[in-house]
Amino acid sequence: MKDFVLPGRDMGTPARQGAPVSLTIDGFAVTVPAGTSVMRAAAEAGIRIPKLCATDSLEPIGACRLCAVEIEGQRGTPTSCTMLVAPGMVVRTQTETLARHRRGVMELTISDHPLDCLTCAANGDCELQDMAGAVGLRDVRYTPGANHFAQRTAEAPNPEWRPKDTSNPYFTYDPAKCIVCMRCVRACEEVQGTFALTIDGSGFASRVVAGQDVSFMESDCVSCGACVQSCPTATLQENSVIEIGTPERSIITTCAYCGVGCSFEAQMRGDTLVRMVPWKEGKANRGHSCVKGRFAWGYAQHQDRILKPMIREAITDPWREVSWDEALAFAAARLTAIRTASGPDALGVITSSRCTNEETYLVQKLARAVFGTNNTDTCARVCHSPTGYGLKQTFGTSAGTQDFDSVEHLDCALVIGANPTDGHPVFASRLRKRLRAGASLIVIDPRRIDLLDTPHMGEGLHLPLRPGTNVAVLTALAHVIVTEGLYDEAFIRARCDWDEFADYMDFAARPENGPEAVAALSGVPAESIRQAARSYAGVPNGAIYYGLGVTEHSQGSTTVMAIANLAMMTGNIGRPGVGVNPLRGQNNVQGSCDMGSFPHELPGYRHVSDPAVRGIFEAAWGVRLSPEPGLRIPNMLDAAVAGQFRAIYIQGEDILQSDPDTRHVAAGLAAMDCVIVHDLFLNETAAYAHVFLPGSTFLEKDGTFTNAERRINRVRRVMAPKNGFADWEVTQLLANAMGGGWAYTHPSEVMDEIAATTPGFAGVNYAMLDARGSVQWPCNDAAPDGSPVMHVDGFVRGKGRFIRTEYIATDERSGPRFPLLLTTGRVLSQYNVGAQTRRTENVAWHAEDVLEIHPHDAEVRGVKQGDFVRLASRVGEISLRADVTEKVAPGVVYTTFHHPGTQANVVTTENSDWATNCPEYKVTAVQVSASNGPSDWQTDYAARISAARRIAPAAE
Amino acid sequence: MSDDKLARMANQIAAFFATQPGTASEGIATHINDNWPGAMRAALLAEIAAGGAGLAPAVIAAAPRLRPPAKAAVRD
Ligand code: SF4
Ligand code: SF4
Ligand code: SF4
Ligand code: FES
Repeated sequence: MKDFVLPGRDMGTPARQGAPVSLTIDGFAVTVPAGTSVMRAAAEAGIRIPKLCATDSLEPIGACRLCAVEIEGQRGTPTSCTMLVAPGMVVRTQTETLARHRRGVMELTISDHPLDCLTCAANGDCELQDMAGAVGLRDVRYTPGANHFAQRTAEAPNPEWRPKDTSNPYFTYDPAKCIVCMRCVRACEEVQGTFALTIDGSGFASRVVAGQDVSFMESDCVSCGACVQSCPTATLQENSVIEIGTPERSIITTCAYCGVGCSFEAQMRGDTLVRMVPWKEGKANRGHSCVKGRFAWGYAQHQDRILKPMIREAITDPWREVSWDEALAFAAARLTAIRTASGPDALGVITSSRCTNEETYLVQKLARAVFGTNNTDTCARVCHSPTGYGLKQTFGTSAGTQDFDSVEHLDCALVIGANPTDGHPVFASRLRKRLRAGASLIVIDPRRIDLLDTPHMGEGLHLPLRPGTNVAVLTALAHVIVTEGLYDEAFIRARCDWDEFADYMDFAARPENGPEAVAALSGVPAESIRQAARSYAGVPNGAIYYGLGVTEHSQGSTTVMAIANLAMMTGNIGRPGVGVNPLRGQNNVQGSCDMGSFPHELPGYRHVSDPAVRGIFEAAWGVRLSPEPGLRIPNMLDAAVAGQFRAIYIQGEDILQSDPDTRHVAAGLAAMDCVIVHDLFLNETAAYAHVFLPGSTFLEKDGTFTNAERRINRVRRVMAPKNGFADWEVTQLLANAMGGGWAYTHPSEVMDEIAATTPGFAGVNYAMLDARGSVQWPCNDAAPDGSPVMHVDGFVRGKGRFIRTEYIATDERSGPRFPLLLTTGRVLSQYNVGAQTRRTENVAWHAEDVLEIHPHDAEVRGVKQGDFVRLASRVGEISLRADVTEKVAPGVVYTTFHHPGTQANVVTTENSDWATNCPEYKVTAVQVSASNGPSDWQTDYAARISAARRIAPAAE
Repeated sequence: MSDDKLARMANQIAAFFATQPGTASEGIATHINDNWPGAMRAALLAEIAAGGAGLAPAVIAAAPRLRPPAKAAVRD
């Protein structure tokens, strides 16, 4: 019978681990782990016991009693979802008594449920319908009486009836259809960790309410969709299903938003996407999602999408729609002319962390093999380049050490410069679950992030440091660990170079690195630093998670080294529950770095000056490669202003909005003679472009993304590209227009080339990914199944390396003119520069960027909640509304950069990380004052951008 | 690229290696050789040759170890 158990079927209750237990169910012998429910054991044997309140993503509660069974030697009919298996147990799932009992349960349930199945949105996809059929319900003998579904009784309006709640843009709550199974309440608690829903009242009067009986939008709900997914009826239903109908097939693919890399079922009807449902078998998300991946895909069909190529002689001209052939010929001619006149190094590319590995690989190949230059860079420059550098120096590999499942084994989570509930929501839900189970939390961040307010969590410690002092605080933690002897000597002796550690120990122990000294400059009390060091070093498993608050500093790379040092000295490397985990911003930041996007590294992080490595690619590509590192994005812009860099192909990036010091970016772009933008929308950068090549969405192409845990996930085409070509095809067309002679017919061939040239990917191919779902690199002969945890028996570089981390204050200091420090971040509902999320209903949550400011700083400036304020730094100024809140410390202000109208990067400076030039977004000295409206730059910009977006009417 | 930007980048690199054990100029030279394109290295060398005003002494000391730019790659 087992043959019929398909993966993804609802097994009723969660899987357990334990010693095997054998029992018989309906005469079949079954063996399952101890702790398994009878319901799940039956499902393992292929027997589906009727159920309503149980589902395998939630702990059972035994509420509906539909799943009753008989057990030999026991009286009564226990509920199989809560009854655990025992050795030798003999279970019967279908008897006369049980059948009668179940019909009774269903009859009662249905008596308070409308019978409008034919017009119900869940028709065909309703567990209540299924169960009515399964138990043989033929008749409801109750006379119509008190109920929740009729708007009126014969005499008067029904006081129990409530209208639908349509406040959420993506789903509808129709209380008339609720069977009070409490799945939604439990999903919100157990899976999402938000606790937005409760059951109000008891018995017949009980009903599901959001918050204190308010609408979903007014409640704490973050629109993750977990409740909707768990609801067995149409009570909580996606609006897209209400509008379109039920899907008829589904294709597994990967979310294109953040670095968590959630797997989804794209559920389709024809080529219409009906809904995205998180895939239970997805190893990054385990069936959970956030509002972006689950609901915010409407941008793919948005009217703003540009579907035809466009060109123009000068950026002051209006755009002209042309054929693909004409656009490509125009671009190729300009690029070739510039190369002839100024040499290959006058050309360059920017790869995208939003595009697939295959696409990224082709874009850097275009630069190196066709243009003939190593001028390739990626937006990872502006986010995680210090991670690559710092971890390579210390551990020997430019990637995080764990998988996300590792979070289930940690005892102390040290979260530095990250805001997971907004930036990496599904990871945050998984961490919150662990925190509710008793793990402790330490947050090092200037802001009081929401993770610290996790309901029902244990100990939480916040170190609210002054922006720019990460290195000092982390070195102070090391100081406490070495001076109090909390380090793991056995681990260090076995895995690292003891002399290097001894040097680091001397360094860290210096008085200027002590908590008292550091308290003075960071603003974090010495006692908090001590406490944090002791709890991280004192638990069996301490895990570090960090984000852009670590990397986007002048000492970003040093901070990453300090983090690696902490993990090594406490022995927190090389097993589940520990490690150093960078939370990647965009979906494919890891992949774009792996694929050789950086100007000094070929795919697999191998330096361009290494003749052996160049030899591999020269043989594969049939060209000679330059041994000189190329230009980084900021250097490209500098060189452009100086007239040495003249042409750029930018795939899927909006550097004008995302990069610091907007005016400088604009000047660099304006100085170039050929800017090719390849994107979905006429983004801000396109205002400076001569060629616009329309892009395709992740729904329209095949490929792979590599998430923050190094997991290579498949992206699958679910509909044809609206612009005619997937992005990898467009790059190939451009390469061939310049004589590249490429002949890929499918992205799988690109992956085969990657595997053939890059050792960590040697074992990766599409057939294997299709069979296994996903794999974590390195995946090769040494690790055929991939590598969930890295550095298990030793570091990739051999011995782990301790590097001194001396605090060097940034040049960006607050002073009398700019007394406050600005730091930047993002919110849950929006994504990076917002090009996609702003084109969805997600604007309901975040319609504009606001400036968070502490009440004290607001008061002395006469600023009140919601006032327009002027935010000025030494490079520029903008205006936006103030949000007066204690989330930020006095002296610190905070904003997001999701909206082009705000242009937060007009004020950020060109300061950058010493090693990688990752911009210092997280520290800008600013002043805030009252204002009446947009700044001059913002007004001018609005006018300029609309002029630059003009498209000439097509000639008849 | 403007000279003071180059100088600032080089000085930032020097500031890190000054805190490390060993000779700072060696670390500085390796880092710059690995990460800077030929044109930027040439510009830095020219700045040093012109007296190196505004450059940290360790950057100037790194000059002999800085790789001069390779000849432009020839395409077959
Ligand atoms: S959408 Fe998510 S957060 Fe909102 S009520 Fe449902 S489970 Fe809770
Ligand atoms: S809304 Fe759905 S999941 Fe929640 S109690 Fe009602 S029927 Fe159950
Ligand atoms: S945005 Fe991130 S957390 Fe949300 S669904 Fe997509 S991958 Fe998952
Ligand atoms: S499914 Fe077991 S009691 Fe509801």
